[in-house]
Amino acid sequence: MQNNSKGYQAYLRKQEKQRKSIIVWQVTILISFVALWEILARMDIINTFLLSSPSDIIGLFFEYLKDGSIFVHIGISVWETILGFSIGTVLGIIIAIMLWWSEPIAKILDPFLVVLNALPKTALAPIIIVWAGTGIKGIVVVAVAISLVTTILSAYNYFINVDEDKVKMLKSFGATKYQILIKLIFPSNIGNLINIAKINIGLAWVGVIVGEFLVSRYGLGYLIVYGGQVFKLDLVMMGVVVLAICALAMYQAINVLEKRYKAKQK
Amino acid sequence: MSNIIEFKNVYKSFYTKEGEIAVIENLNLTLEKGKILGLLGPSGSGKSTILNMVTNLTEPTSGDIKVNGKIGYMFQKDNLLDWRTIKDNIMIGLEIQNKIDNEALLKIDSLLKMYDLWEFKNRFPRELSGGMRQRVALIRTLATDPDILLLDEPFSALDYQTRLLVSDDIHRIIKQENKDAILVTHDISEGIAMCDTVCVLSKRPATIKQTYNIKLTIDKEETHTEIKRTPMNSRNAPEFRTYFDLVWKELEVYAKQ
Repeated sequence: MQNNSKGYQAYLRKQEKQRKSIIVWQVTILISFVALWEILARMDIINTFLLSSPSDIIGLFFEYLKDGSIFVHIGISVWETILGFSIGTVLGIIIAIMLWWSEPIAKILDPFLVVLNALPKTALAPIIIVWAGTGIKGIVVVAVAISLVTTILSAYNYFINVDEDKVKMLKSFGATKYQILIKLIFPSNIGNLINIAKINIGLAWVGVIVGEFLVSRYGLGYLIVYGGQVFKLDLVMMGVVVLAICALAMYQAINVLEKRYKAKQK
Repeated sequence: MSNIIEFKNVYKSFYTKEGEIAVIENLNLTLEKGKILGLLGPSGSGKSTILNMVTNLTEPTSGDIKVNGKIGYMFQKDNLLDWRTIKDNIMIGLEIQNKIDNEALLKIDSLLKMYDLWEFKNRFPRELSGGMRQRVALIRTLATDPDILLLDEPFSALDYQTRLLVSDDIHRIIKQENKDAILVTHDISEGIAMCDTVCVLSKRPATIKQTYNIKLTIDKEETHTEIKRTPMNSRNAPEFRTYFDLVWKELEVYAKQ
């Protein structure tokens, strides 16, 4: 690749320049936003009681860091999210397989699933917590409830939309339903299942935070709702920022998984 | 001559909410050992239904069907699985039937070598041309060692030039592997070029309107060595035009409607 023409080299340089300029802009926007916030807060133009300030938020973060309590809160929320996410995704896919396996079951359950899907699951959170109990258990169940139905419906849809001709090809060799599942339905839908997982990470976080809002003594959701109740807005802001970072980290983990899968494909 | 497939007075109807539709009526046909039988007919004449009855995917409403031998199906689309290499794609039939052993692996290797796919065995389907993919699909079918091949418009997804080349390839492979075959097509010249016998089907409910035993003079020019018939040189035989016109007249009625 050393003998690239001048035109091609220029093209590569231009691409690289564009990429860099996008990053520069992104960083500039972030820094100027935080700086402006800090300056306005110090000049008393905005009310720090309502909006806090970046330096207060960072100060508070270090306080929580010193006594280690921030790790307890992060740990519990992340653990609940991972549990809710894994149970919701795996259980959803298993139920989707059952529906794909038996058309009568799929037809019978269809209206119920549609109603459950349309219903905002957060509305059920208070009842779920009464049923499943407070603490991690109840919160995980809320997280599962939010992601389960959409997982079932979308995975089922992907499964039944696999090319009918390919199914017929396998059947012409005498394939059983199980063989069709393992050799065709799953491998052809790995990309789609990764997409479902990506969406479910977000949904699991919604469930965990809602659950922690309702009943909890630990976790990021608890920090946010507690901060709001005692009007400590820097605590609320810190909770939100830490939450955003945690959610991003988990999303990126799935992205890495997806990239690895795609690299294997090539 | 022994008959490999025999249909006797076969009648088939489908039940739908709108009522009963007769698709096939009073159908009689036979496939002889070592022959290729062509089914030509207007679209919707139940050609695929006939193949489905041969493979037992659907049962006839009445009548008798005898099939002596194992069946291999080749489809219009190659249906190769993108995530499997060429070799793994060819193995899928054996995998499903749990028949992977040394003998089968050796057979696949020899098929890959014989039909010029050896260098591509670790490539993925998207790296191959349409004609090559269709050849892979045929070898996938052959790997399970069927006696009879059912070809359901196997070339219609290919462009014209590839189509001529691939039909030559496939014809050669079928003859070389000593298989019997039924070819379903709506392309008159393809049917005449590929098949030993051509049956023209009527419109629904389908029955056989006319059967032609294709006899072409190909080996006249060179007296010493007998030249094997291929679809390509069949198209140049003097009788080809006559058969084409005969079949064309049979089918013309439907085209006009």
